[in-house]
Amino acid sequence: MIRFVLNGALHEVPGGVPPTTTMLDYLRDRLRMTGTKEGCAEGDCGACTVVRYGASGKAEAVNSCLMQVGQADGMEILTVEGLEGANGGALMPVQQAMAEGDGTQCGFCTPGFIGALYALQQSGEKIDDATIHDALAGNLCRCTGYRPIVDAAHAACASAVPYAPAKVPAAEPMHEAAGQRFHAPATLAELLDLRAAHPNAMLLAGGTDLGLLVSKSRQRPEIVIHTARVAELRRIEETADALVIGAAATYTEALPLIERLYPSFGTLIRRIGSGQIRNLGTIGGNIGNASPIGDTPPCLIALGATLTLASKAGEREIAIEDFFLDYRKTDLNPGEVIRSIRLPKPAKDADFRVYKISKRYDQDISAVVGAFALVLDGGKVKSARIAFGGMAATPKRATAAEAALAGMAWTEEAAAVAGDSLSSDFAPISDHRATSSYRLRVARNLFVRLHRDLAGTEADLEVVGL
Amino acid sequence: MDGSKGISGAVHTSFRHDSALKHVSGKAVYIDDMPVPAGTQETALVLSPHAHARVVSIDVSAARAAPGVSAVVTAADIPGHNDIAPVRSGEPALAEGIVDYVGAPVAAVAANTYDEAFAAAKLVKVEYEVLHPVLTIEEAWEKKLFVYDPPKIVHGDAEDAIARSRHTVSGEVRCGGQDHFYLESQIALAVPGEDRDITVYSSTQHPSEVQKGVGEVLGLPANAVTVEVRRMGGGFGGKESQSTIIAAIAALLADKTRKPVKLRLRRDDDMTATGKRHDFLFRYTLGFDDTGRIDGAIIDMAARAGNVADLTPGVLTRALCHGSNAYYIPNVTFRGWPCKTNTVSNTAFRGFGGPQGMIVIETAVEHVARHLGKTVDGIRAVNWYGTENRNVAPYGQTVTDNVMPEIVDLLCREIDYGARVKAVEAFNASHETLKKGIALMPVMFGISFNVPTLNQAGALVHVYADGSVHLNHGGTEMGQGLFVKVAQVVASTFEIDIENIKISATRTDKVPNTSATAASAGSDLNGMAALAAATELKERIGGVVADHFGVRLEAVEFRQNRVYAGNESLSFPEAAELAWRERVSLSATGFYKTPDVHWNPATMTGHPFYYFTYGACVAEVAIDTLTGESRVLAADMLQDCGLSLNPSIDLGQIEGAFVQGMGWVTSEELVWDDKGRLMTHGPSTYKIPGSRDVPPHFKVHLLEDAPNRVPTIFRSKAVGEPPLMLAISVWLAIRDAVSRIGGNRHLPKLDAPATPEAILAAVEDMRARAVAGG
Repeated sequence: MIRFVLNGALHEVPGGVPPTTTMLDYLRDRLRMTGTKEGCAEGDCGACTVVRYGASGKAEAVNSCLMQVGQADGMEILTVEGLEGANGGALMPVQQAMAEGDGTQCGFCTPGFIGALYALQQSGEKIDDATIHDALAGNLCRCTGYRPIVDAAHAACASAVPYAPAKVPAAEPMHEAAGQRFHAPATLAELLDLRAAHPNAMLLAGGTDLGLLVSKSRQRPEIVIHTARVAELRRIEETADALVIGAAATYTEALPLIERLYPSFGTLIRRIGSGQIRNLGTIGGNIGNASPIGDTPPCLIALGATLTLASKAGEREIAIEDFFLDYRKTDLNPGEVIRSIRLPKPAKDADFRVYKISKRYDQDISAVVGAFALVLDGGKVKSARIAFGGMAATPKRATAAEAALAGMAWTEEAAAVAGDSLSSDFAPISDHRATSSYRLRVARNLFVRLHRDLAGTEADLEVVGL
Repeated sequence: MDGSKGISGAVHTSFRHDSALKHVSGKAVYIDDMPVPAGTQETALVLSPHAHARVVSIDVSAARAAPGVSAVVTAADIPGHNDIAPVRSGEPALAEGIVDYVGAPVAAVAANTYDEAFAAAKLVKVEYEVLHPVLTIEEAWEKKLFVYDPPKIVHGDAEDAIARSRHTVSGEVRCGGQDHFYLESQIALAVPGEDRDITVYSSTQHPSEVQKGVGEVLGLPANAVTVEVRRMGGGFGGKESQSTIIAAIAALLADKTRKPVKLRLRRDDDMTATGKRHDFLFRYTLGFDDTGRIDGAIIDMAARAGNVADLTPGVLTRALCHGSNAYYIPNVTFRGWPCKTNTVSNTAFRGFGGPQGMIVIETAVEHVARHLGKTVDGIRAVNWYGTENRNVAPYGQTVTDNVMPEIVDLLCREIDYGARVKAVEAFNASHETLKKGIALMPVMFGISFNVPTLNQAGALVHVYADGSVHLNHGGTEMGQGLFVKVAQVVASTFEIDIENIKISATRTDKVPNTSATAASAGSDLNGMAALAAATELKERIGGVVADHFGVRLEAVEFRQNRVYAGNESLSFPEAAELAWRERVSLSATGFYKTPDVHWNPATMTGHPFYYFTYGACVAEVAIDTLTGESRVLAADMLQDCGLSLNPSIDLGQIEGAFVQGMGWVTSEELVWDDKGRLMTHGPSTYKIPGSRDVPPHFKVHLLEDAPNRVPTIFRSKAVGEPPLMLAISVWLAIRDAVSRIGGNRHLPKLDAPATPEAILAAVEDMRARAVAGG
């Protein structure tokens, strides 16, 4: 049985409820708790935001439109209806500040903002404009212009209302209901057994991509294998020369460690989805779904990351660039899962930069991502590993550009020339995010940005910094 | 009687949105949140996958037999007229014979659950014969495919004036459309009653229009159809006419099944199947003298109407009327081209053509500046409307309330505009990659519906014997704060605390024959109607109190929750009870019609606007010349709200409109493929501004001590739409940044929206021209 604490009280999901039912549908349709809203059912507007206390014991905002009730087993969920109860019957400070400061107009997005702000308030983070925007990047408001909402965050998020997460019964390994089996194995061995037995089952990590099949396409997969509880896959280990990130570690969990090694990569991760998405989504999922516009793969390729793939037959190591075979096709064999990602620590004298180009800074899918790992030696390029997303059917290295740089004096002209050679590396498509010619042009120009960035001659290089 | 400090919620005081506490606690009820009767059916639509096709056959048998399905309807099942046109006719609720845009509803399925309806909708087999789709404005314009006869505004002889002018410029520019992206998508819940009566809960800005459309489709008179809306989760014009089709289909299914039926469009269907802001292609020619004073203007405004007229006549009329913005142009030919394309019918969106009309004239004014080597602001200054002369708009209305130059001066002094421009120059001199731009945008916006008939409103006020007040009017609440503003009017009229006034849902059986809550006119119209109703009741109660204490009516005063008669007084509830005892009616309707407005659509002349609102904004941006990314760094605006009914609500309108307008001109890009399919149909692909996109320096000032010169409700001015156009300053500032790259000698080639891709192309073009032209 799926059990979670809902607004302070233990809640048991009745038999007959499909475990893949989204938390949003469950709250609204089954429980008639209608404070939480559906704005898009694709995790991009935030109207469905609820707060989850998961393994970390921290309050985390998540999109209830993507999260399935099976994923909530053993967790605690707080919705807008539960906040007053968690504050002795009074409105939470974030609610009070939003109401008093004209932070609501039509009000439809408001409960989602309240969830995101409450999670921010509980996070203990330093409250400034940057952290507020990070916390609100997953919430869209069409009425207010956000100024009063940001003001409310300043007014109310600085100190937390004490909240002790409830004791939640342990999660169960399998839920069977309404013709579905939702497996939530706790160990790698169990996971590999299940994967071998059901090689075509939906392998669900955070659900921020596959969840759309449920929330929007209304699919009801017969078998789901949920990876989030596999201890080995959640682990992030630091060795002498690498960071080994379990495939089911969330972006949020991996961010601080990655950011310490590669600050630019950290900045990029803060732009992947939103807080709500990063609290659910995993780096393993970003790799496994093999999207040509995933943001982490170009970085991992440029940094020479490797993957450990595991199956009942054993484990194998593969360079991540060899993992992507074609559009949405990977080297993963039936019965195999991504176990972990090995990210090497920075080499001496190495520089890493990644740049993302999209229509909106936050919560947008890239038109182009360019990742550059350069080793300079005496003003010359000793080595260059460069990879792009959004430029081909897979995330892909720019070998011609790398070759154009190798051994060359590191000048802006050389960078631009290398950028020009991208046209022999890539023939990008035109779509609703960008045309082919823009993709090529901007990718080329990122080489110039890279040079200016590493040279440090210009104080301001990105508009977001102004 | 204005701004009493003795009661809470008086007019001219900031009073928070009446639903704010419900919003933050999740207790505000939207239609999808309403408890529904047992057996309520959910709906899924079958939408056309083709932009233009003949419907050869529709086979619904498999869908009808699917689990949980109670009804499947097509146009053939409509008992009345398959026509929901708001202005003209021939606009079907369900496609009949022809589908003429991708997303046109062809059939609808009602079932016990949404998943059942969704699954069954996939079983509806429609056979199409695909026809050639007209997908661009150019093709429709060239083939003279229009949704109604092209209108034009002609004043003087523009051709002759241009021919005689010392200088001329000509150019072309376009602006994109915009999805409303109200957070609550379109929804209706239809509940059948006795005798085929039907009640429809509709998320609509226009309950009477929904009532008419439902009646039309079901073949019922208006008195059989009741429409209610308590609140919308955003409207922005998208629920002015577009909600009718949703309500009509829900009502059709409810009528057929005799069960309550809910139809909620999921986001992708909402964005695909319902209309947006019109995108436009403009061509202009201006004639002017050495100072930049414009003598003649010929502007063609080609609008993408989509498959049917819908509200295009009004939108295009307003675009034409605002094609000179705040400038006096003696000789004008403004031609509108309502292009019929095989795309979803475009519709009302905050500004209603005004933003588009202003985009082209501001581009042309900028062109004049580049041509003469003068500043854009300098060109503006010699072209403002005058006060004594040079004050007749191209459509014949004399502008009598012009404060545009004063507003611009005030704003520029307030922010030290000259210093800001110098700072931009200094930044650009020291930066290679990033370049800044700064620009001013003046906005002069006419208030009133262009169709005089629509400028009317009704209200219904009851005072109960316990002194509590029930307020109802024809306006709808979509977040803009109309309900609290009208309640403030009633509170101030009775001089009672606003907490005594119950704000109630808009219903067609309480106030009939209402106009849409649109054109920024909600509080102007409904506030006046409520004032009339409350004043009537106040006189009745006052009369009773006067008789009771034996004083003359003039000696009775309503003040601070009491009614005074000489030295005596009663609390307001005591006075109400007294009136009841004396058998005086405590229910009154109020009615208002805007005076002095008239319009001749044949000649496109008249006095369409009761008054104008004025505002100005200076925006500062930075662009990345390597990537085309941009960021709005600062926006300072000054808006004329007259004597604001509620300054904090008005501030919210201004800030929200600005950010929405900023999205329109920057990140919000609607992309269709070559089959006419919208590729940007959800927030993952269609990017409205987020919190980080709001300028870090964001200052709004309301013009002080500026009572409306005409007697509007407590001398306030409308505020809903005008500030959206202030955000055109952002687009102009981006153009300024691009222009500066070429030494301000060339006009940037940049349309709206200024996406990173568009900006990079404009930058590279400017660099090429600067090199070529020296």
